[in-house]
Amino acid sequence: MTENDNASSRPTVADGTSSAAIEVDRLVKLYKQTRAVDGISFSLPRGSITGLLGGNGAGKTTTIAMIMGLVLATSGRVRVLGHRMPEESAAVLGRMNFESPYVDMPMRLTVRQNLTIFGKLYAVKNLTDRIAELADDLDLTEFIDRANGKLSAGQKTRVALAKALINQPELLLLDEPTASLDPDTADWVRAHLERYRRAHNATILLASHNMLEVERLCDRVIIMKRGRVEDDDTPEAILVRYNRTTLEEVFLDVARGRVNGVQEAAR
Amino acid sequence: MTDISLHRGISVLRIGAMILRYWYLLMSSWPRLLELLYWPALQVITWGFIQYYIAQNASFFARAGGTLIGAVILWDILFRGQLGFSISFLEEMWARNLGNLMMSPLKPIEFLLSLMVMSLIRLAIGVIPMTLLALIFFHFNVYSLGLPLIAFFCNLIFTSWSVGIFVSGLVLRNGLGAESIVWTLMFAIMPLACIYYPVSVLPGWLQYVAWSLPPTYVFEGMRALLIEQTFRTDLMLSALAINVVLLVASFWAFLALLRSAKKNGSLLAGGE
Repeated sequence: MTENDNASSRPTVADGTSSAAIEVDRLVKLYKQTRAVDGISFSLPRGSITGLLGGNGAGKTTTIAMIMGLVLATSGRVRVLGHRMPEESAAVLGRMNFESPYVDMPMRLTVRQNLTIFGKLYAVKNLTDRIAELADDLDLTEFIDRANGKLSAGQKTRVALAKALINQPELLLLDEPTASLDPDTADWVRAHLERYRRAHNATILLASHNMLEVERLCDRVIIMKRGRVEDDDTPEAILVRYNRTTLEEVFLDVARGRVNGVQEAAR
Repeated sequence: MTDISLHRGISVLRIGAMILRYWYLLMSSWPRLLELLYWPALQVITWGFIQYYIAQNASFFARAGGTLIGAVILWDILFRGQLGFSISFLEEMWARNLGNLMMSPLKPIEFLLSLMVMSLIRLAIGVIPMTLLALIFFHFNVYSLGLPLIAFFCNLIFTSWSVGIFVSGLVLRNGLGAESIVWTLMFAIMPLACIYYPVSVLPGWLQYVAWSLPPTYVFEGMRALLIEQTFRTDLMLSALAINVVLLVASFWAFLALLRSAKKNGSLLAGGE
């Protein structure tokens, strides 16, 4: 299924009636001659976990950055929690959060200091209690007064996740949240995200290269390739459509231009 | 940080959070603290001895006691004020933390206000000991300038913020490849601001350029005070008027560069 096949059935930004957490409408991003994102549209219902899949350069990070307002779209529209982005970002930035391998937390500051600062930026009430709660939930207590730069990769990821959850966001944007983590820590992070979604009915959009992660967490998958939406459905429906048993096989099919395991050019 | 059109509802809590962030950083790193003290101290000692030597050999400088060392202190307010602003900004680039801030409810104006406060704090740490050194070793009491010192200080700090805002915007747009501008741009106005010599020394056409810079009025005002014992209110008001224009222009430029960075996608890159 292509983006265009789905376009007519999806709610658009223009109708303004949807209660979707994210609505992306014909979004385009051009970098000089490169079309990083090429007219994508999708709508994510509140409380859903959606995986944004695609190879390097597929446009996942650019799409997430446009949703956050960190990158301005060339054309098209984005609506987050009912508000136009970036024009009405002041109304939503306090209700969302993100984690990305492209940003770090200040290295010289301790975990507690970092969380205190971000808690104040997000105007978190009872901040001391919230930090204690996060430290408990994410197992940060042991190193909460250690400088962020002195933590292991797994510990840093948990701290970044604590920062992303400090304001109990309704919408969480995650760019490769378990990249460079060992399987045990990655599994632990996924379990926490699942619990958080259930507890807060939060919407999560995550970009990932990890197909197992997407299969386990996501109730919907958007596959991107060369800036376009190549497919958009539940993981189960996608597996059936591609006649595959894992999303990894589907990913390879899409990346290599195969349909049902057959090279497109050979058909 | 919100889009550029939204600056209403400035939050003191968010500004305070950013100041706390830089304060934590400063207190966690003795090299950062030492750097604040080291250069100003070196400057005042070097120029103090030069002034002392010249005063022994030239009647003008003997009469105009303190013009050199006073100029050094005021120049340091200008230069350190800008560095204090810009280095705090660079800390975010070096830490790759800008994306976190841009995605938070922090607004550009709040971010800039916190950088201004930090420039004052950093300036106090560096310049107050410098003025004490000048007093102890060279018997030059900058505080004896009295109320005019406040006028000099305000005008210089406003200029330093304007330059700081502008160069921070350049780094935001162009990445750390533009970092050297932070350290060098102020030196471009050094010969034109007539720190150590009067404006009349410059060629006629260059004097017009010099008078477009607020620090020129401050240094002329300082010389008028130390040599002629006259406080030139007119000079201070002219400097203030130009500073207002510069501050507005630099803020506008920062927002334009921020918008350009968002168009260009350079906020996530953040590197070279």
